[in-house]
Amino acid sequence: MERPLRLISSNPVDRLARTIEALLVVATTPLPVEELAEAADDATERVETALGLLADRFREGRSGIVLEQVAGGYAFRASREAAAACGRLFERPVERGLSQAALETLAAVAYLGPCTRPEIARVRGVGVDGVVAGLVERGLVAEAGRDEAAGAVRYRTTPLFERVFGLESLSELPRLDNLGADAEEIRGRLEAVAAQRPA
Amino acid sequence: MSVRELELDLDAFEGPFDLLLTLVLKAELEPGEIDVAAIVVAFVERLQARGELDLDACGEFLVLVASLLELKARALFPDEEELDLGDLGPEEAAEELARRLAEYRRLKEGALWLAERLEAHADRYFRIGPSPLAPRPERRLAKQDPGQLACALRALAAEPPAVSLTHMELRFPPVSQFLERFRALLRRRSRFDFEASVDGLSRVETAVAFLALLELVRSREATVTQAAPFAVIHVDRAQENADLDGRETSWSARSA
Repeated sequence: MERPLRLISSNPVDRLARTIEALLVVATTPLPVEELAEAADDATERVETALGLLADRFREGRSGIVLEQVAGGYAFRASREAAAACGRLFERPVERGLSQAALETLAAVAYLGPCTRPEIARVRGVGVDGVVAGLVERGLVAEAGRDEAAGAVRYRTTPLFERVFGLESLSELPRLDNLGADAEEIRGRLEAVAAQRPA
Repeated sequence: MSVRELELDLDAFEGPFDLLLTLVLKAELEPGEIDVAAIVVAFVERLQARGELDLDACGEFLVLVASLLELKARALFPDEEELDLGDLGPEEAAEELARRLAEYRRLKEGALWLAERLEAHADRYFRIGPSPLAPRPERRLAKQDPGQLACALRALAAEPPAVSLTHMELRFPPVSQFLERFRALLRRRSRFDFEASVDGLSRVETAVAFLALLELVRSREATVTQAAPFAVIHVDRAQENADLDGRETSWSARSA
């Protein structure tokens, strides 16, 4: 049995939770704990306690609004059971029609850290200027200074990228560290081809 | 069949092969944007349609496509890398190629993971838009001593020290000084070396000394000989009844 919602409470943590709820409903980007604490003018630990309260209150199956921890902060989103209804009314312009080239380029920027277009092109084997421009337009990657040696603009993924892919931070990306085995295997194949070639 | 007239229909270009090459060579088309594989496919299809193997056309095509590939490769890889690869032996080059292929495969895995993640999160709708964050209060400076500001201003208001121009000043000693010196030398000795006489003098002083020497030659007090350009210049006391022509010759040889 679920306990009834206590909407009005004089408990100070409850009051802080209501303030945070209000901040989150106005926000369009995830808000970090420190920012919430500063705006609510309260201690970080108490804000975290209040967020725990809200996470329980706004969770899947209990509320149409769900509190999620994403892109280095906290944000409200629609519950998953309302996805169909949301889909009938709203677009998803950021991720709609992301091509394979765009996903590979996005992976390169996410994994290689701030990197330049030539660096991405080197890994992908084809030019990426257009693809990168498209990702910048979608807001998934952004410029991050210049490469000191080559002077080329470097790109990094944005908080919106983390939001769209539901990542709390880039460290949540899976490790792709079976590189050594792959290199050995491909090398073996190259050698096999070379051996077949008449001397 | 002519390879140059091969009609192409690529993403980046539509038209005959030779026009494509012209555009690439004129740098009006990025070599990196050209799908070389599609060109090869178009050529092979055309070859098949004709039903006979035209070796000349094949050879020409190979040469053209190879140079196109080289251009594309150069365009895709930064210069420094190209140098690095040039230094690699076949063994190391294979290693490097394997490494890059592995890196690309890793990237594809990353892209696959992202695609799956996108699929899994397709049912989560959230609000996006510019963040309506209030402007942050400007960080105030720590309390400053007004005396420091006055000090800084005073330093700026001070008259800057006059710029010294001494290094620009060229001091020319009078030609007469060297005339006297050379005449005195010629009175004591019938011959001396110009270089030795100006040894230790500055460039300007040497130049003035040379003017003095020319003056002596003009007044026919001395003759000058030099075996070869940049060789030692010998100065001889003029004979009482010296042959004028001889002197003229040596003088013009020197000036030439």
